[in-house]
Amino acid sequence: MTVRELLEKNIFKLVNEGENTGREISVPYCCDLLSIAMGKAPSGAAWVTVMANINTLAVAALTEVACIILAEGVLPDEQTVNKAKEQGITLLAAEEPVFETSLQVYNLLNA
Amino acid sequence: MTPGNIAGMAAVKELDVIALTDHNTCKNCPPFLKQANDFGILAIPGMELCTREEVHVLCLFEELEAAMEFDKYVYSHLFKVKNKAEIFGEQLLVNEEDEVYGEEEYLLLNAADIGFDEVYDLVKGYNGIMIPAHIDKSANSLIANLGFIPPDSRFTCVEVKEEGRTKELKEKHPYLNQCRIIYDSDAHYLEHINEPVHFLQAAERNRREVLKALITP
Repeated sequence: MTVRELLEKNIFKLVNEGENTGREISVPYCCDLLSIAMGKAPSGAAWVTVMANINTLAVAALTEVACIILAEGVLPDEQTVNKAKEQGITLLAAEEPVFETSLQVYNLLNA
Repeated sequence: MTPGNIAGMAAVKELDVIALTDHNTCKNCPPFLKQANDFGILAIPGMELCTREEVHVLCLFEELEAAMEFDKYVYSHLFKVKNKAEIFGEQLLVNEEDEVYGEEEYLLLNAADIGFDEVYDLVKGYNGIMIPAHIDKSANSLIANLGFIPPDSRFTCVEVKEEGRTKELKEKHPYLNQCRIIYDSDAHYLEHINEPVHFLQAAERNRREVLKALITP
């Protein structure tokens, strides 16, 4: 499933549509500590986190995840949204907790 | 921002005391102290430590030598990820003439493998003080990251970003009633350095007394 296909499912709120929506999503990945995600987030992952911080975007750029999904109804501030636009990173938001959000991605990937 | 232009700006703004608290490093403190001294400003060597839990803690030291020893300790506990300047920005090292002589290769934004619980004794061992930073922020703060103030805490000074939130914070976290609350510019850019709008009464104009005043509620 590509990022575009995930967007088309319309199950998460779109905060920013990035540039690489043709990218294949490899796996859902859950982590809220940026220092761990920085070393461990798999390339191409749909990264599910509650950390809506400008540095989340920097870590996403570094680890080359396919998209970020903010869980638990967390919404990013303006600075973070602007950074997502600037870096062309797809940013989504979900009302569900981290596990349920990841599970939705997992089920789509394994359908 | 360089040590020279920070000290220069502080002089223009007629500040008495300034502290340098780079993320996870004290390596620019030696030129910072020298430049501030040349401008007749009292400078405190420090660091904004990012703990294992990604809680930011300001660490201030009485002596430069001790700060540099603390720097070595933190550096040896840093999660070593190479910096990518195009994403995270440059991490320049500057000499006493304000010239760039090198660059820190590892990302200083990253956490150090030091637990929040360890910080009080650790910093005290270098004759320094700890101040949990911007505790009202939604990221990288004691309250946001740990959820509460650990009841066995011993620090007696905290930094708050939005002055208007202090009352609410004290109500929610009574521990703060035994702390001095400080407000500062937390300047990441030269133009963000405050006018002299915040005051601290110290017995004498030296580092020991300023640190003492900070931790006296």
